[in-house]
Amino acid sequence: MTNEQLKLKSIEYRQKLLTCIFNCKAGHTGGSLSSVDILNVLYNEILNVSPETFSSPIRDRYIQSKGHCVEVLFVVLADMGFFPESDLLTMNQYQSHYIGHPTRKVKGVEQNTGALGHGLPICVGTAIAAKLDDQDYKVFTLLGDGEIAEGANWEAAMAASHYKLDNLCAIIDNNKLQITSTNREVMNSDPLDAKFESFGWAVREVDGNDVGALKVLMQSLPFEKDKPSLIIAHTKKGKGISFMEDVLKWHHGVPSAAEYEQAMAELEAAKAVILEEQVASLVNE
Amino acid sequence: MALEDIVILNEKETRAGFGEGIYELAKTNENVVVLTADLAGSFKLGPFIKEFNNRFVQCGIQEANMIGMAAGLTIGGKIPYTTTFANFSTGRVYDQIRQSVAYSDKNVKICASHAGLTLGEDGATHQILEDIGLMKMLPGMTVINPCDFNQTKAATKAIADIHGPVYLRFGRPKWPNFTKEDGSDFVIGKAQVLAEGTDVTLIACGHMVWKSVEAAKELAKEGISAEVINMHTIKPLDTEAVIKSLTKTGAVVTAEEHNIIGGLGDAIAQVAARNIPVPQEYIGTNDTFGESGKPEQLLKKYGLDTPNIVAAAKKAISRKK
Ligand SMILES: Cc1ncc(C[n+]2csc(CCOP(=O)(O)OP(=O)(O)O)c2C)c(N)n1
Ligand SMILES: [Mg+2]
Repeated sequence: MTNEQLKLKSIEYRQKLLTCIFNCKAGHTGGSLSSVDILNVLYNEILNVSPETFSSPIRDRYIQSKGHCVEVLFVVLADMGFFPESDLLTMNQYQSHYIGHPTRKVKGVEQNTGALGHGLPICVGTAIAAKLDDQDYKVFTLLGDGEIAEGANWEAAMAASHYKLDNLCAIIDNNKLQITSTNREVMNSDPLDAKFESFGWAVREVDGNDVGALKVLMQSLPFEKDKPSLIIAHTKKGKGISFMEDVLKWHHGVPSAAEYEQAMAELEAAKAVILEEQVASLVNE
Repeated sequence: MALEDIVILNEKETRAGFGEGIYELAKTNENVVVLTADLAGSFKLGPFIKEFNNRFVQCGIQEANMIGMAAGLTIGGKIPYTTTFANFSTGRVYDQIRQSVAYSDKNVKICASHAGLTLGEDGATHQILEDIGLMKMLPGMTVINPCDFNQTKAATKAIADIHGPVYLRFGRPKWPNFTKEDGSDFVIGKAQVLAEGTDVTLIACGHMVWKSVEAAKELAKEGISAEVINMHTIKPLDTEAVIKSLTKTGAVVTAEEHNIIGGLGDAIAQVAARNIPVPQEYIGTNDTFGESGKPEQLLKKYGLDTPNIVAAAKKAISRKK
């Protein structure tokens, strides 16, 4: 996809996940919005996985460690054709498989997550399995920046470099907020780059809401031979909606009808800008 | 007390009882320290943090470290209260609790919210149904699952007065609040007989106590006399109260928002088997993980509701020899 197409996709995903959260009156709004662009680029540009290849042993693996942001995952999986989008109308309802955290009952989900701090160790195991089989598929995980406080991450970080897992890429959605407050105030994890580098990882930083930059960076994986790769993706929690960006309460906040309409209108306006730019560039050509 | 006297005062979250209790306790007990793993809001810790900020330890999302730090705080003479959801309070940190707290007899109060099915939409990852079993198996661990807001508040304060590790379990939703406002009807380790009866004993803990009261009222309409016991302290268990009641009624139903494997029901069954074997029916989940849904929908699906307690009572009675 062109960068413009990817940008339009991100807007579409934001609209869909907000609709999903608005309909079922629950969801992790801020952290889903912050990671839209990351999942967009992963699924549309990087991951070698599709509904047809999901049972293939050589598919790329994506395990979402920050499982609470399930809405963005489900919206993207629906767009990839893993299940009909209309399934998401049952989200969070009694007896629906589409629930508040990823579950393997939903096609396209590799691993049940939701308790934080489990994804990276699991990915280390999967990456070792790939090496054992001499396969070159890649393993990706998405971590929250609050989640990184969990000790199991650091045990896994040590193991990943010990086993030279250059087929593993961890992405930190560095939106600077968790539930109670900012990461700095709750439990400071800075400097993340130096910490991971000292654990033997190849670290890159990127604007995690810039699809073009994410794409270029992820296409260059692995960053260094024999080292696991870390992407520190600087994002905004609530990205794309003016009144949600960097505002704590949207971690688990559900928009009112008026807020929902405003959010959708803002996204429509953003879409119009991209389309206008596209037209303008065509005219200039 | 008679059944008619048990009335709902209001509906409040049990976890809010913790928030109020810890705030009042901190005023009188300067050794109380509260730790949380990024869940201050869920435990209604606002007033405590505001007034006693120096006795608040924000651990970030580090449950294992939190339990370790709590154990360490006791070595410095503090009474640490740890706060996170029930699943992360127990299973996630079991070895830390086992080695550093229980085995070392540390005065740590492990306070767990969002227990059982009733946390609702978040689903199975967050719904622990094994925590009572896990904790009661640890030597020296006191396990308490109060039935309502007032009692959670009372228990939060009372556990500071006993030495040793405690697991205090409560929930997320608003729930009928009916015990005494001053908490004077709560004594750790002492069964609370809410209503006396002669045909069957209903023994429950946590949210299921209210459901059992409702069931007893239903049964009364059909001329069946049920004794209702709030077994808020699952360990140490008030065996004397159990024996006394079962001797009188000759049948028992246990009700818990927990797996029937390893929970309150099994604790009662052990007392019965060793002292006074009687027919027993279990209300609880049966060897399953939870799922997403509204609390009442989930309670109904898993049979943790009033009609099922009524039916179980009749079945237990019918099995009497
Ligand atoms: C082990 C564990 N502890 C606590 C929680 C509750 N919880 C859910 S989301 C969250 C905050 C996550 O913050 P962060 O990792 O920064 O995610 P994001 O900002 O992307 O939403 C917490 C504490 C959990 N899911 N798992
Ligand atoms: Mg964050």
